[in-house]
Amino acid sequence: MSIHQKTIAELAQGLKDKEYSSVEITQHYLDRIKQSDLNAFITVTDELAMSQAQAADDKIAAGTNNILTGIPYAHKDIFCTQGVKTSAGSKMLDNFISPYDASVSHQLNQADTVMLGKANMDEFAMGSSNENSFYGAVKNPWNTDKIPGGSSGGSAAAVAGGLSCFATGTDTGGSIRQPASLCGITGLKPTYGRVSRYGMIAYASSLDQAGPMTKTAQDAAIVLNAMAGFDEKDSTSAEQDVPDYTAHLNNSIQGLTIGLPKEFFSEGLDDGVATEVMNAVKEFESMGATVKEISLPNSAYAIPTYYIVAPCECSSNLSRLDGVRYGYRCDSPENLEDLYLRSRSEGFGAEVKRRIMIGAYALSAGYYDAYYLKAQKTRHLISDDFKKAFDEVDVIMGPVSPTTAFDLGSVKDPVSMYLADIYTLSANLAGLPGMSIPAGFSNKLPVGLQLIGNYWSESKLLNIAHQFQQQTDWHQQMPQED
Amino acid sequence: MEWETVIGLEIHAQLSTKSKIFSSASTQFGQAPNSQACAVDLGLPGVLPVLNVEAVNKAIKFGLAVNAHINQRNIFDRKNYFYPDLPKGYQISQMDLPIVGKGEIEISVGEMTKVVGVTRAHLEEDAGKSVHDMFNEFSAIDLNRAGTPLLEIVSEPDMRSAKEAVAYAKKIHALVQYIDICDGNMQEGSFRCDANVSIRPMGQTELGTRAELKNINSFKFLERAINLEVERQQDILEEGGSVVQETRLYDAVKHETRSMRSKEEANDYRYFPDPDLLPVEISDELLDSIKADLPELPVQKKARFVTDLGLNEYDADVLTSQKSLADYFETMLDGNEKNAKLCANWVMGELSASLNKNQLDIENSPISANDLSQLIARIGDDTISGKIAKDVFKAMWDGEGSADEIIKSKGLKQVTDMGAIEAIIDEIIANNAPQVEQFKSGNEKILGFFVGQAMKASQGKANPKLLNQLLREKLS
Repeated sequence: MSIHQKTIAELAQGLKDKEYSSVEITQHYLDRIKQSDLNAFITVTDELAMSQAQAADDKIAAGTNNILTGIPYAHKDIFCTQGVKTSAGSKMLDNFISPYDASVSHQLNQADTVMLGKANMDEFAMGSSNENSFYGAVKNPWNTDKIPGGSSGGSAAAVAGGLSCFATGTDTGGSIRQPASLCGITGLKPTYGRVSRYGMIAYASSLDQAGPMTKTAQDAAIVLNAMAGFDEKDSTSAEQDVPDYTAHLNNSIQGLTIGLPKEFFSEGLDDGVATEVMNAVKEFESMGATVKEISLPNSAYAIPTYYIVAPCECSSNLSRLDGVRYGYRCDSPENLEDLYLRSRSEGFGAEVKRRIMIGAYALSAGYYDAYYLKAQKTRHLISDDFKKAFDEVDVIMGPVSPTTAFDLGSVKDPVSMYLADIYTLSANLAGLPGMSIPAGFSNKLPVGLQLIGNYWSESKLLNIAHQFQQQTDWHQQMPQED
Repeated sequence: MEWETVIGLEIHAQLSTKSKIFSSASTQFGQAPNSQACAVDLGLPGVLPVLNVEAVNKAIKFGLAVNAHINQRNIFDRKNYFYPDLPKGYQISQMDLPIVGKGEIEISVGEMTKVVGVTRAHLEEDAGKSVHDMFNEFSAIDLNRAGTPLLEIVSEPDMRSAKEAVAYAKKIHALVQYIDICDGNMQEGSFRCDANVSIRPMGQTELGTRAELKNINSFKFLERAINLEVERQQDILEEGGSVVQETRLYDAVKHETRSMRSKEEANDYRYFPDPDLLPVEISDELLDSIKADLPELPVQKKARFVTDLGLNEYDADVLTSQKSLADYFETMLDGNEKNAKLCANWVMGELSASLNKNQLDIENSPISANDLSQLIARIGDDTISGKIAKDVFKAMWDGEGSADEIIKSKGLKQVTDMGAIEAIIDEIIANNAPQVEQFKSGNEKILGFFVGQAMKASQGKANPKLLNQLLREKLS
């Protein structure tokens, strides 16, 4: 097996056994990135990676290493990284070298990982196809005419395409799970508050959550161990103990009750996707799980609710990008208003501007109650649906995305694009943890199975996913290379 | 037509916390530009606010001190607008659920006292400072002040004159210093007043259209700006015009107000709850412990001065009007309590006059409370007379030493030796036979002559009481 086909667990074993050094595997990945035409990276940090790899090798030699020591990864370009360009996929921050590390960046550094570079993404995490990046679209490694999903499209393509061992992602409405599904990898969006948002450029603060994107559930558990935890710099991070997420991977799932929301299997779901998802559910049944149909009646409001809440928050979150202190500034502004107007008009892409305008409108005097407050109410109803469901079932399963990866440039209407997240948005609105795991192929393109768990049930989700991956080999499939 | 003035005040009190309300940067005043602005204050991408609990505690303190309802669950909102000295493009403030709800405070103007309602008080962060006159082509931004905690205290429109408004502002000003939540420094902008002013025909209940006056940085200017605005509105209304709702900037140099922006130009701030901050939950325990730790409030202190020290209402009111004054007075009382009235007289009389004459605050008095206390003690124990004490005070003011040192070095100790005083009296009686006759024939007033002579002979050091007593005995 080639280095880039190995999981974290396997690479760590090889490093320990001195089969190769971190410098060697890092060089291997850097070479592959150079040869790749997936456009998965905005910035490749070769020199930094090599020095981190050297430091990791020293630790391994000294025996002071941990399981992530020397493991190369792709860091979504939404996490601030000290001394390294942090663009969030936007022209607005094309010149922004962050003077500080995000908490997640810091935690991964503390774990001795090797950052290969900053992964491409939809601008400010707004998009489901990674076509909204100022740095160009990312290609799906399974078929380079297809989108990889978004917004963590670069991260997903990097892992699926063997350009990094794992990647970080962020998920506001599906941005980890949807690209993970479309690229055939494992992605976990933890419970809101599990991973610190400090230094993660905010899109929609009440929905954003960072998580791992990996080859396997076991790897996801290893990376989550490093990412999770209370951070005093983030008031919304939870003061909740971090268990060892690898500890319960091998628990039996005999007697597990799976809920299938009927709303997730209705009109709009591609037949091929439905078939693979149901096959996966059958696999679980054969492993001793029982299946129950449930209803999440308010999930129909997830899209309108999300497209009020997220734009409202982003319209305010992105106000700091004003051309005054950092980031893009228009040429020779005539006065303050001109500086604001042109810097923001020229610096932001179309989808970002669209969402800022929707949000500013929905928050304005006279509309606030009808939009923002109403959306908060439906958000509560959506959460309540899940609360009821989890009285009856242990885990909810369904498709991640209604279709497999679609053609680059094929979806031009923004509202049609918003439908790509129809099954993922609810978990963000409720703050619940969700996963995507590879569950089959339709027309030679990966299909993901979505797992939604109760609050703080990451261990359980990882256990269920790991058990599935012990019985199936979908997660071991890799795209053909020329 | 007779007009009634209606005034409500919005006071911004900077809370005296060490660090900012949402970051760990220092709040110290007067540092090099932008040296106290951290990543959070600069509004860098990805940074998050973390609430400084000290600011919450201080706000609660204020609420309790004005007998207000404390909202034990309160929420931070974002007030969205663009300005270069507002790094995030929004100010974190409190809109619908402020930390402090309805309260009240008593003010007095001359003989009259009245209760002014406090509508609410909420926590918010200050903006930075724009400097427009430093560079030709550019404006400069100093973000040291950005994120400094403010308590915005909003009054009901209960004041009916500029004098009442000033009395209210001074009461709040004294209170925030009493409870140690704000240094009250108006020059440095730690305590700022905006005034909402309107007028209406006497007897009308409906409020007139108001103008908001900004940029007022002293009580004197507050009174002037309000009076100026009342005149302006009267002129408009009496000429048949109508007042426009607007914000007006007070210019102390030109002594005028000018329009800053009208209601139509006002921003739509698109308030919404800040998703980066959790609702503030205040436990009963915290509330109780802050209540228990609350220092004596001015109104309580005043009552105590009257009941325990026997001061009159007026003196007690003056002495408690500023924390620094009350502190000074109370330091003097230490071990000198039986001379409380004398202490009060000296602080309000000799000391205040000298401070005023030299334009000094009591904090900068050249005579410390302990030193003045010693002087009062010497009057109290008859070491010197009140008259001599004034000379000692002058010498102390000029830095010649402590009361005891000056009394000793200048030999001012009162003569209480009966024999010595008798000798002086005998000599005066012997030398002034005609006056002795006058006294004996019933002219009581002539006694003053003998006292004066005796004092002169003793260089003012004779104990007046003893002197009077002995004189009467000898003359009769």
